Amino acid sequence: MSNQTNHNYMISHFLKLEWKQFFRSSHWQKGIALKIIMGFFMVYFMVVFLAIGVGGYYILKKLYPALNPLQLINSYLLYVVLGELVARYLMQTLPVMNIKPLLMLPIERSTLVHYVLGKSAISFFNIISLFFYIPFAVVLIIEGYDTVGALGWLLAIVLMTQSVNFLNFLINKNTTALGSIVFLLLATIGLQKFGVFDISVFGGQIFDAVYANPVYALIGFLIVGVLYNLNYKQLKSLVYLDEAVSQKVEEATSVDLSFANRLGDVAPFIKNDIRLIWRNKRTKTVFLMSFLFLLYGLIFFTQEAYKEMPALLMFASLFITGGFTLNYGQFIPAWDSAHYKMLMSQSFKYRKFLESKWILMVVMTSILYLLSFPYLYFGSKIFLMITAGAIFNIGFNSLFLLYAGSFNRKKIDLGKSGFGNTQGTSATQFLIIIPLMLLPMLLFWVFNTFVGYNMGFIVVASVGIISFLLRKSAMNFIEKKYIKDKYAMINAFGKEA
Amino acid sequence: MITIDTISKKYGKAEVLSVASIEIPTGQSFGLVGNNGAGKTTLFNVILDLIRPTTGSVTSNNIVVSESESWKNFTGSFIDESFLIGYLTAEEYFQFVGDLRGMNVAEVNAFIGGFEDFFNDEVIGKKKYLRDLSKGNQKKAGIVAALMGNPEVVILDEPFANLDPTTQIRLKQVIKKLTDTSTITVLISSHDLTHVTEVCERIVVLDKGLVVKDLSTSAETLKELELYFSV
Repeated sequence: MSNQTNHNYMISHFLKLEWKQFFRSSHWQKGIALKIIMGFFMVYFMVVFLAIGVGGYYILKKLYPALNPLQLINSYLLYVVLGELVARYLMQTLPVMNIKPLLMLPIERSTLVHYVLGKSAISFFNIISLFFYIPFAVVLIIEGYDTVGALGWLLAIVLMTQSVNFLNFLINKNTTALGSIVFLLLATIGLQKFGVFDISVFGGQIFDAVYANPVYALIGFLIVGVLYNLNYKQLKSLVYLDEAVSQKVEEATSVDLSFANRLGDVAPFIKNDIRLIWRNKRTKTVFLMSFLFLLYGLIFFTQEAYKEMPALLMFASLFITGGFTLNYGQFIPAWDSAHYKMLMSQSFKYRKFLESKWILMVVMTSILYLLSFPYLYFGSKIFLMITAGAIFNIGFNSLFLLYAGSFNRKKIDLGKSGFGNTQGTSATQFLIIIPLMLLPMLLFWVFNTFVGYNMGFIVVASVGIISFLLRKSAMNFIEKKYIKDKYAMINAFGKEA
Repeated sequence: MITIDTISKKYGKAEVLSVASIEIPTGQSFGLVGNNGAGKTTLFNVILDLIRPTTGSVTSNNIVVSESESWKNFTGSFIDESFLIGYLTAEEYFQFVGDLRGMNVAEVNAFIGGFEDFFNDEVIGKKKYLRDLSKGNQKKAGIVAALMGNPEVVILDEPFANLDPTTQIRLKQVIKKLTDTSTITVLISSHDLTHVTEVCERIVVLDKGLVVKDLSTSAETLKELELYFSV
């Protein structure tokens, strides 16, 4: 077999592996309900991008009738490049680990490197923007722009995206480089804002020139080629287990958590949970996101349209203080799925394990409630609503989530990243939304509409307070359920996620 | 100490374990050998009440393990890495287990200090989370945690696998020290016939879920086992 055919033969093998990796990933092994919902979101984002791509031209034309939409877009493309570099730096890494099992097979290193780099060219980051640029270019042609010019422009954009793709891998995980890019981005924005130097003119000229002279797009090939080659050279010398293909080991940082000892029997579990949250990507995301949820109210309270929809305002109020409880609570006890067997062979009261989770949710909700005080700005009624929501979250939702958790049968691999990770999700997560969110919304709406404004708050808060007072018996009930389902959970958590 | 009474486990129609009766007296060092799929780990999981048997029951110190949980107070075990909490350092993990076993910080530190040789400077003070330790070092941490809080029953699944030669020898000393007292019952499974005949006074051979041999260890046991397995 000649070298060339051998090469092609390997590539077809790799493609088969990719195919299997994709369809056999846990992603596809999920329940049908989840598939439909995820499919829905994917289609949704594609449609949104397509819509912006198609409508973008006309929107710009309407907003700035005096300007040429293409030139307007072009003037911001350099910012797009810088912004993309920052986003990619944070989210995109070269999937080098995938080739580890191939390293000991009779395949040339160069083939493996080409495979990894080639694969990155068709990654999500490079494809998603095309959903905007391609329809935009089509609209340009329809609107009477020069066909060759528009296609040349599109080619230049594609090559620009690819260049950014390969540039990112060169500077990857180099904090100095990230710093310089962020600095450059802020500096150019600053310079433009204060009228010192307008980079958008400069950037605009480049892409305007490509449209006028499509041949210039070919320069993009040169740039991509050079960057690809640099990547190739760098990576080829690094395809060793102690270099690029190594598992990153994080240095352990121990913080003194002895303050938790005052909590008595639950202390070991509280300390464990704090470490669980801080030392794993996904739980850390949940934790940090709960502070973003605080801002959720700004979307609703600032819009006139929602003023007449008190049920929706209640929805927002629940989210403001409930970000942590909802996102963390719904996966109890799956966070501990990896070592669930070990916990079950230790001598402790199951109650303590559950109570530690409950305390965590209550404390976090209380902290978020304290942080929500600035919402007083929107008036006492809004703030009362947030207060009622917080009471409901503390009293009812944290207990209910503990109970719902006993139905969790999906393992969570804590090592996986946080964003868009649906591991551990099952029908349970969708069903629990009803009592968690819809119940208080309905209660609020009914009592607010038919009885009177303040009754809405009072009823929602009362449900919370009553649940809180009944927590002892509720806990007894929940504990029994967990003990009863112990074997089923051990069995389910033992399976691969 | 431990009575295994007509334990069987079926998954669908496949029976993976069927043990009529095994009586393990207090202080015995009990070895379990068998090829892959023989049911060793399943049996240990049943003894630890992590899997419910289809029939039968296990009694530990007169406590039926599936009915009361008080056997956990005197039982230490390590089955596999899922018994470790990956995001803790070894020190934090020992402290956690110590907390559950009623040991204070000083007691835990004193206990861990006694295993300095066993750890060989590779587990303690490494600034690494357990998930980032090598298989062998993870095993060391798991075994030592299983010995915390003066257990009367110690259950170790494949404790010698993944350990370096020095640690294997040290582990044998640790196990012998436990069984010398004649008060601690030790259950071990292993694929290594030499190790298991060295540390166990009784060896049970499982094959496809059935007890096929129940031997009292003597000078001939190793030969007998080698003969049995060289099919």
